[in-house]
Amino acid sequence: MIDVRSQISMVFHLDKCIGCHTCSVACKNVWTDRKGTEYMWWNNVETKPGTGFPTKWEDQDKYRGGWELNSNGDPVLKSTSRARIIANIFHNPHMPSMDDYYEPWTYEYDNLFNAPEGADQPTARPISMVTGEYMDIKAGPNWDDDLGGSKLYAANDPNLEGLTPEQRMQLQAIERLVFFYFPRICNHCLNPACVASCPSGALYKRGEDGIVLVDQKRCRAWRSCISACPYKKVYFNWFTGKSEKCILCFPRLETGQAPACFHSCVGRIRYLGVLLYDASRIEEVAARKDSELIEAHRSMILDPFDPEIMAEAQRSGIHESVIESAQKSPVYKMVKEWKIALPPHIEYRTLPMLFYVPPLSPVMSRKEDGTIDQVSTDLFHSLDDSRVPLAYLAQLFGAGNQAPIRFALEKLKAIRLYRRALTVGDVTEEAAAKLLQRAECSKEEADAIYRLTTLCTFDDRFVIPPMHREEAIEMLQDPQERKQSAGFGFLSGPRRG
Amino acid sequence: MSSFAHYLDQLFFAVFPFVAMVIFFLVTIQRYRGRTFTFSSLSSQFLENEDHFWGMVPFHFGIIFVLIGHVVAFLLPAQILSWNASPIRLILLELTGMALALFTLVGLLAVIIRRVSSSKVRVVTSPSDWVLYLLLLVQVASGVYVALFHPWGSSWFAAAVVPWLWSLVKLSPNISYIAAMPFAVKLHIVNAFIVIAFFPFTRLVHILVLPNPYPWRKTQVVRWYGIRRTA
Repeated sequence: MIDVRSQISMVFHLDKCIGCHTCSVACKNVWTDRKGTEYMWWNNVETKPGTGFPTKWEDQDKYRGGWELNSNGDPVLKSTSRARIIANIFHNPHMPSMDDYYEPWTYEYDNLFNAPEGADQPTARPISMVTGEYMDIKAGPNWDDDLGGSKLYAANDPNLEGLTPEQRMQLQAIERLVFFYFPRICNHCLNPACVASCPSGALYKRGEDGIVLVDQKRCRAWRSCISACPYKKVYFNWFTGKSEKCILCFPRLETGQAPACFHSCVGRIRYLGVLLYDASRIEEVAARKDSELIEAHRSMILDPFDPEIMAEAQRSGIHESVIESAQKSPVYKMVKEWKIALPPHIEYRTLPMLFYVPPLSPVMSRKEDGTIDQVSTDLFHSLDDSRVPLAYLAQLFGAGNQAPIRFALEKLKAIRLYRRALTVGDVTEEAAAKLLQRAECSKEEADAIYRLTTLCTFDDRFVIPPMHREEAIEMLQDPQERKQSAGFGFLSGPRRG
Repeated sequence: MSSFAHYLDQLFFAVFPFVAMVIFFLVTIQRYRGRTFTFSSLSSQFLENEDHFWGMVPFHFGIIFVLIGHVVAFLLPAQILSWNASPIRLILLELTGMALALFTLVGLLAVIIRRVSSSKVRVVTSPSDWVLYLLLLVQVASGVYVALFHPWGSSWFAAAVVPWLWSLVKLSPNISYIAAMPFAVKLHIVNAFIVIAFFPFTRLVHILVLPNPYPWRKTQVVRWYGIRRTA
C-alpha cells in the first residue's frame, strides 16, 4: 500500500560552492546568536578532504551515529537500542562534548578603551563565552578551512579509509593538494536517527513537509539525538538544557521565502523543492545492502506527473498546489530525472533528503607536458585520473560505490564539452554529441541542466510550495479567537529550569 | 520528655510532611503547566565529559536502588520482616543496602567535586543546585550513618517507621513510633521531607518526566498539522 508524502528537499551543487561561508553567517545571525548556541552552526561549510565539524564527525566508530543492520537484517540505532537507553541515560557513552566542537570566545574589547595608561599598547585578549575567563583558542568552527595550509587535516579525514595509497597520493600530492567545499545543513532525513532515538518523543518530522524539529517543551536533555545523528546536526544548548537543530527556516518557508542560507548563497549552489515519496517503504529501503541504497532511495521518490500518483497524493491530503510545486521541483529533476545529485553518506541509512551534485572541478584542467589537456580521446578514462579520486567521492556520496558518481560526473563533463562546442568551438559538435550519448544525456536534457545550473533565477532554484498552514489553523482553532485582544496571548521565554 | 521536644516532634512528623507534600504537588503542577520549558535534566555532559561518568552513573544507580528498597519496605513491611527472620538473610539484606548506600555516597561526592572543579560546569550551576546538593549530601550521609550505627534498619524501618508513614497516608498521624527514634534517624526523615518540599523548585523534576513511552512507541515520530492522518 503506497503512502504518498511530500518532503521539502534540497540540492547543493558542489562545483559552484566557493567556500565563502555566507550561508553559515546568515544562519548564525538569524538563529544561533543566543546564549548556549554560540558554538552551533546549523549550517557550516567544510573543506574536503578534511576533518569537518565537529572534528571527525564521519568517524562512526567514535560517535556511533546512524543505523546499522542487526543479525535479522533490520536497521537498529548504532548508538542506543531501546533496551540500552536505560543504562545509558545517565551518561551517554558516545556523545561529543564541547571539546569536539570548540569553546566559543569573544575578545575583551573593553580593555582597548579602559586600560590604564602604561608603557604597552592595550590588547584585547580572548575570553570564553561560556565561563567569561581568559582562554587559549584551540579550535574554531572552520578550523581546517582550506586545510589551514597543512596536510594534517586532510590526512585525518575518515573518508580516506576506502582509498588505496596511490589514490591518497593523488589527492595529497605536494603542491597539487586538492580540496573542495562541502556545505552542510540538517538533511531532514526520511528515516531520521535523531527522531528514532529520542526517549521523550520530542523530536518529530512534520507530516506535511518533512521538516525535522525538536519540540523545545518536551526535550529533557537525555542527549540521545546528539549521538544518534550521524551528521552531527543536532546540537546541545548547554544553557537551556535542550537540543536544537536546523529548522530549515520554516517560518520563512511558510511565508514563501527561501531559507536564510539558501537566500544568501553567493555561488547560487542551492536548490529547494518538493519531492513526493512513498513513506510505506522507509523501513524496507533503510534495510537494503550498501550497494543498493542509492537506487532504492531514489526509487522511493514518486513521479509527480503520473496521474495515479497525483490521485493517491490527493487522497493522502496533499494539496493540488503542492503537487504542482512538486512537478516544477528542481530537486526532482536533479535527483530523479537527471541522476546528477546524490545523498551524502547514504550508508548511515537515515535516508537524507539533501542531495549533492559531486564536484567535477578541477578535473578538466590537467596539465600534461606543459599544455592543458582538455579533450582526451579517452575522456572517461581521464575521470579516473581526476585530482579528486572517484574513490574518495564514492566514500562521501556513493556508500563506497563509484558507479553513481561516475554516471553523474560523466554527464556533467559531457555537458561542459557540449557547451564548449557551441560557444567556443574547439570541440566538434559530433564529438560532443557522442559524449552526450555515452553519458545517456539528450541534447534537451543537456540544455536543461545547463540552464538550471548556470542561468538559474531565484524562482528556478527555489520552488517553495504553499504550506496552507492557514487552512490547517482554521480546522483547529477559531481564527476570531484573538479578535479585539491585545497581542497574541502570553508567551514565555526559553528560561533555564 | 519535655513538652518542647514533643511539640517539635509534632511539628516535624505530624505537620511538616503534609506541608511538604502540598508544596510538592501544587508547585509541580503549576510549574508543569506554566513553565513546561524548564522541565529538563539540565545535563552538563556536553561541557565536561571526563569526570561525568564517574559521578553520574554510581550516584543514579545507587540512589535508584536505595529508593526502591525504601519503597518495597513501605509497601511490603510484613514480607521484609519475615525475610529478615533468618539472620543470614538479614545480614545479606543489610550488607546489600550498605553497599548501595556507600555507592550512592561516593557517586554523590564525585558529582559535587565535578561541579566545584569544572569552571564550565560551575557556570550552569544555580543557587538551587548548590542547596540541593547540600540537602542530598545530608540525606545520603545520614543514611549511611544510620546504617552503620543503628543496624538492622531493614527490620526496624519495617516495624516502626512504616506504620508511621501509613498513619500519614491515612491522614491521622501517629508519632508515637517515631518520637523515640535516635537523632540521626530523625534527621534523615526530616531532611527527606525537606527534599520533597524543595523538589519542584529544582532540577529534580526531571525524575517526573522519565522517558516512559519510549520502549513501546513507534520508531519514527510524525506530527501532522491540522487533520491527523493515519500512520
